[in-house]
Amino acid sequence: MGKIFGKRFNFGDFVVRLLQVVVVVIVVVALYNTITIGRYTSRHWVALIFAGLAQGSIYALIALGYTMVYGILRMINFAHGEVYMAGAFSTVFLAEHFSRIGFLNAQPLLAIVALIIFAALVSMTVAFLLERIAYRPLRNAPRLIPLITAIGASFTLQYTFRGFYGTQFRSYPEVTALRGSVDLFGYSVHIVQLVVLFAAIALMLILYWYVERTKAGKAMRAVSEDKAVARLMGIDIDKVIVTTFLIGGMLAGAAGVFNGLYRPQGVYYFMGFFPGVKAFTAAVLGGIGNIPGAMVGGLVLGMLESLGPNAIVEGLGIPGANQLKDVIAFTFLVLILIFRPQGIFGEKLREKKV
Amino acid sequence: MSEVRRNTAPPSIWKSVLRYGLVGGAIALYFCMVGLVAAFDQRFLIAGQFTLGDMVLYVGPFLAGLSTARALADRVAWQRLLFGLVAGIVASAPAILLMLFNQQVNISSVFVSMSSTLISILTFERGLPNGLPLLMSAFGLLGLLGSAYTFLGQRARSAVNTALLVIVTIALFSDIPIRVIEKYLSIQVVRTIFQGNALLPLPAIVLSLLVMGLNYLGSIRAQKMSAAKKRKDERLILGRYPISQVLSWALVLTFLIILPQTDRVLAHVLMFIGLYVMMGLGLNIEVGFAGLLDLGYVAIFAFGAYTIGILTTETAMNSFGLSFWIALPIAVMIGVLFGALLGIPVLRMRGDYLAIVTLGFGEIIRLLALSDWLSPLVGGAQGIVRIPSPSIAGFDINTPERYYYLVLIGVALTAFLAVRLRDSRLGRQWMAMREDEDVAQSMGIDLVQTKLLAFAIGSASAGFAGAIFAARLGGIFPHSFSLIISITVLSAIIIGGFGSIPGVIVGAAVLVGLPELLREFNEYRFLIYGILLVVMMLTRPAGLLPTDTFKRELESLEEGDEGMNNPVSAGG
Repeated sequence: MGKIFGKRFNFGDFVVRLLQVVVVVIVVVALYNTITIGRYTSRHWVALIFAGLAQGSIYALIALGYTMVYGILRMINFAHGEVYMAGAFSTVFLAEHFSRIGFLNAQPLLAIVALIIFAALVSMTVAFLLERIAYRPLRNAPRLIPLITAIGASFTLQYTFRGFYGTQFRSYPEVTALRGSVDLFGYSVHIVQLVVLFAAIALMLILYWYVERTKAGKAMRAVSEDKAVARLMGIDIDKVIVTTFLIGGMLAGAAGVFNGLYRPQGVYYFMGFFPGVKAFTAAVLGGIGNIPGAMVGGLVLGMLESLGPNAIVEGLGIPGANQLKDVIAFTFLVLILIFRPQGIFGEKLREKKV
Repeated sequence: MSEVRRNTAPPSIWKSVLRYGLVGGAIALYFCMVGLVAAFDQRFLIAGQFTLGDMVLYVGPFLAGLSTARALADRVAWQRLLFGLVAGIVASAPAILLMLFNQQVNISSVFVSMSSTLISILTFERGLPNGLPLLMSAFGLLGLLGSAYTFLGQRARSAVNTALLVIVTIALFSDIPIRVIEKYLSIQVVRTIFQGNALLPLPAIVLSLLVMGLNYLGSIRAQKMSAAKKRKDERLILGRYPISQVLSWALVLTFLIILPQTDRVLAHVLMFIGLYVMMGLGLNIEVGFAGLLDLGYVAIFAFGAYTIGILTTETAMNSFGLSFWIALPIAVMIGVLFGALLGIPVLRMRGDYLAIVTLGFGEIIRLLALSDWLSPLVGGAQGIVRIPSPSIAGFDINTPERYYYLVLIGVALTAFLAVRLRDSRLGRQWMAMREDEDVAQSMGIDLVQTKLLAFAIGSASAGFAGAIFAARLGGIFPHSFSLIISITVLSAIIIGGFGSIPGVIVGAAVLVGLPELLREFNEYRFLIYGILLVVMMLTRPAGLLPTDTFKRELESLEEGDEGMNNPVSAGG
């Protein structure tokens, strides 16, 4: 490659820069259009923001699982979406049962907590089995192999639960206590959204405390920093890894219940795929391996997905914008990995060579 | 260090029995709960006695007995057999407990597989308390067989395995031999060997003994003649290819050409397999040669299909109405173009990230094809229909057999391309890049060019395959182009053998052919793919027919440091 402008001309970098410019231009034009056309009121935007925050906190909980496992093992747990699905799908039966016997609406708080615990246990079990059966034996294998195993595991789990529970779509029952909206500075916000948001934040704060303030959390941070040295310091690597998977599973299970409260429909064996990929995007967005990053990333992604169709896609004059919600998320994933793989918080994890 | 703390005392008997027994039992229960056992139970392998469902069910206790015997390897023979048996019986516990539980609390509204069919299978149609001793005995027997298996030497094992494989294959694909025998011999002969589509017990036993004997003798003979000596004495054709290889290729080729004529359904399936083989060979260039894990491969397949769709039909937005033969090279070129285009943004990525981004691309393209926005061009969810079949000078290609031959030509071209590339300079550049990008770069390989070429050339066959697919189906819809296809092709490559061309062909034939030919498998196709992928990665990462380099590399992995804390290689 020859020299242009005195610097070495790198084709790859050139294309990336060009792409960056194109994307920015598109987004700016779209936003400008949206604002000048002004089709939507501020009520609309606020409603979308809260919807995005609620959905985003669900993504954030799942993203934490991805980010922690990547921090410790430097691998993407492709099957984590299915860990989430396992909890969500298994718990719907319990929720239906609670609803039938009236427990769900008589004691909503107690019932929901029970559901969360159940979902967390199921997801934790799946995560544990995943680590034990599929990942542990391959810890020292060349990178491609655990990756393929993870993909295989993801499929296996999907169709396993299809075999267990059948192909019928299920729904979480409605919780009457969570119906309706409250008034927040003149804007009406759904109760469900606030509950999900705050519950998720609570869980994330607990996790943050665990990782930063406890000895076990310190061990996790040490292992993600440098496995070999951590072992030399007397840390039991296997235990830390298992704990990481368990915590990730727990959060994913909780996310499953929150999703059931917020979006009751569409519970079936494939429900983990899209949230899984989106949560991964969120994790990367925040800087993979970075725990607060995953939390922020999830919320941002949720809002992007919520606001995107109206704000950007329609601004470009593309019809049927709401259909393209998933396209936005995937496009965002691709763009993030191309332009800023280290995410917002600039997490630079030492990469193991392929 | 943990190595020092590792338990060097022989494992306690009861611990092993319990552990392996329960794991085996969990496996058996898993197959029951997923529905495999009940679904496969419809298919008899040995008439009246043994079904495919039974076979699946018995894997668990067999493995339990096998592992127990292995764990107790330093004990006396009779002990190993005994405890294998016990492990088998333990393996029946999970299923029994669940069935008893089900009697109290009906779980079949949650676990759809816990049906009366399953219970009747597990209790040998005797119902709950009466059938349980039978179940325990059956499992115990399997455990015993499992531990007995460990006593066999290498040759005996290979004989038993081959016999089992042959029997099961014949029983599953019984249509073909039945039809052939009926045609050339008589239906009476058929009735002595088969009943319905299963083997009769006596012929099965005779056949397995025969196969075992042949296999055993064959391996003794092979040992006596060293392979190298055999090769050197062989005559060479064209100065390069040994006669035995040429002959076997000629045989395979003749077989491939005649086969579709026997049966229309078979022709259709073969055509399908052929398409996947083409894609497999193409993806193999990206994954196997160049080490670029592309999960968005189906996108190029889609491009090829849609190109044909758009160019050969006359829709509202465009009326090209071109002939298939003109549109075909355009489809291939579009495939190549987009393959390269999609490769550009990922030039700097490695491993996991590359996989996810390509997955993202694949999904974006599928979603866009589905969207209203682009539906004037590509038809949205309704897709494009009334795609005409190709024809050469009035000769229409519109039957499965003719499409098959078209695909066969495509496969031949792709295979030829792949083989030549593998042995070329570019191929070696790819493999160098696959092994270690940085070292390759320092050896002077231009990574950008090499990667783009891998994507471009690998995509060519996907475009081709997509084009034929579109013409064959006559109509294409976004639902046909999902991630599942990329995963199927990937599985074929991985399971068949990483980077190995015969491996890819076998992989595609097995993974795609089996579910198509055996309806029972079709329902559980993806579950089986997933399980196969995981099991293969754990036991035989190089695949079924691996290339020599991979075999060396990956199999040494299994003996050495398997996940045990090894400070030297833990790194990162």
